[in-house]
Amino acid sequence: MEPHSVAERIREYFPEEVLSIEDFRDETTVTVKKESIYNICKFLKESSFLSMDFLRDVTALDWLGRKSLRYEVIYHIYSIKNECMIRLKVPVSDDDLYVDSVSTIWKGANWHERECYDMFGIVFSSHPDLRRILMPEDWEGYPLRKDYPAEGPQEEWRGFKEVLKKAEEYAKYEWNR
Amino acid sequence: MEQIKERHERELVLNLGPQHPSTHGVLRLKIEVEGETVIKCTPYVGYLHRGTEKLAEGMTYLQALPLTDRLDYVSSMTNNIGYCLAVEKLFGIEAPIRAKYIRTMIAEMTRISSHLLWLGTHALDLGAMTVFLYAFREREWILDLFETLCGARLTVSYPRIGGVRNDVSQEFIDSLYEFTNIFPSKVGEYETLIDKNRIWLMRTKGVGVISAEEAINWSLSGATLRGCGVNYDIRKKHPYDAYDLVEFDVPIGLNGDVYDRYLCRMEELRQSNRIIRQCIEKLPKGAILAPDAPKFTLPPKDKVLDNMETLIHHFTLITKGPMTAPKGEVYCCTEVPKGELGFYMVSDGTGKPYRMRIRSPSFVHVSALPALCEGGMIADVIANIGTIDVVLGECDR
Repeated sequence: MEPHSVAERIREYFPEEVLSIEDFRDETTVTVKKESIYNICKFLKESSFLSMDFLRDVTALDWLGRKSLRYEVIYHIYSIKNECMIRLKVPVSDDDLYVDSVSTIWKGANWHERECYDMFGIVFSSHPDLRRILMPEDWEGYPLRKDYPAEGPQEEWRGFKEVLKKAEEYAKYEWNR
Repeated sequence: MEQIKERHERELVLNLGPQHPSTHGVLRLKIEVEGETVIKCTPYVGYLHRGTEKLAEGMTYLQALPLTDRLDYVSSMTNNIGYCLAVEKLFGIEAPIRAKYIRTMIAEMTRISSHLLWLGTHALDLGAMTVFLYAFREREWILDLFETLCGARLTVSYPRIGGVRNDVSQEFIDSLYEFTNIFPSKVGEYETLIDKNRIWLMRTKGVGVISAEEAINWSLSGATLRGCGVNYDIRKKHPYDAYDLVEFDVPIGLNGDVYDRYLCRMEELRQSNRIIRQCIEKLPKGAILAPDAPKFTLPPKDKVLDNMETLIHHFTLITKGPMTAPKGEVYCCTEVPKGELGFYMVSDGTGKPYRMRIRSPSFVHVSALPALCEGGMIADVIANIGTIDVVLGECDR
């Protein structure tokens, strides 16, 4: 099946929700409204004709100063039966960072969404366990945002200071001291 | 008597890792047990997070290549190839046929070396010490071959955007051909050690069972998914490099347990050997870099030293960076030893990637670990960690 025909089918079923369809290098991107992402994903998975059962990836993009809606959440969904992939895009504004979680449709989305939250601060509503995943739980800021410095924050992380203090404390028990 | 009963009913929280020999790196599991049964298992990752995706945003396409070595450090060659294919797809170039064959060959060598490491450590975790020594004997040969090829053993950075760095030598081909002659008998040798071993069978059969539907729902990939009976191999479904020009079979499991995944990987060793052999026999002559690759990739050093134009070219590439990429986004996935490795590249029309997203198989596999462990015995947690073949460098990125 061609990815473009999948996109047309989504437009057929959700004419109000699809914002645009783009093709680039044999891949099709469908931009949809934020409110409808759960229903569209559910439709893609449960439709026996499309059967997009394999969620490859969920990630986000930060278009700081380039687009009016700052973030985009990106879903790569694949059908093992039809051997075709489609990319769904959801624009998210800076003021309203809430997106419906798809982790009830695909269990594999759970950690991808957690990572998205960890790196971009996008909140997935009705996610079963939305905690930071790669960064420490008390980390401040969202590292993959474009306004976050690549060299890290100015001040050392609190947890690291605690470790240094502990190391100093335990140094007196070292055998060769 | 009542006190004992009460103690039995209470759950115990057990911390496994991050410093534990059987967690293959720095994976931490919080396990809640009742007696010997695992009730809840929560993985904690991120101890090896180096911010690869953030780092790549500040680098040119060429500079970001060595970062991909450090993802899955036991199979760096396939990571490089995955990255190069993604960038090639973005730029719209294609590697020449000889480079494709060389890439396929080294990707399968990496698969063998990665599977041998998996076999050795997995067996070691489950109490079969000897397999480790046997597996590392052949892995050493492959790493030596990598050293003759490009000078590095683990972090190779050998493939380039639009081809490979240097051509293969006759010495390398001869040694590899000898390896393919001997290797199938060595696989048989590993199998005699554990295939029918009673302890091995009891530790692996019916352990960590996951159904095909559940495995797809969890987005598992690679041999972990195929062990459940799903015929999904990117090399067959969406062939890249020279995979459509060689013959090989994809082993599929039946029961979805640790033993079936073990059988799948053992058969993959033989199939990889078959692919390497065909690549050597069919290896065509010709260029190893695409004609328009010089816009992205540094020219060979010996030509830089005696050719004026190449020197200028080298200079501009280093100082100004490579040609700008077209605006757009691509997702390119490859079948690496662990599963499906995807690179999602977004370009804003400059020489640097706007975003490089890495979809790593280990990350997804660790997320499915609770589904495998919960309800099983505590000793089987170790078998489950081994069977999903996790490398934490790739999981944490």
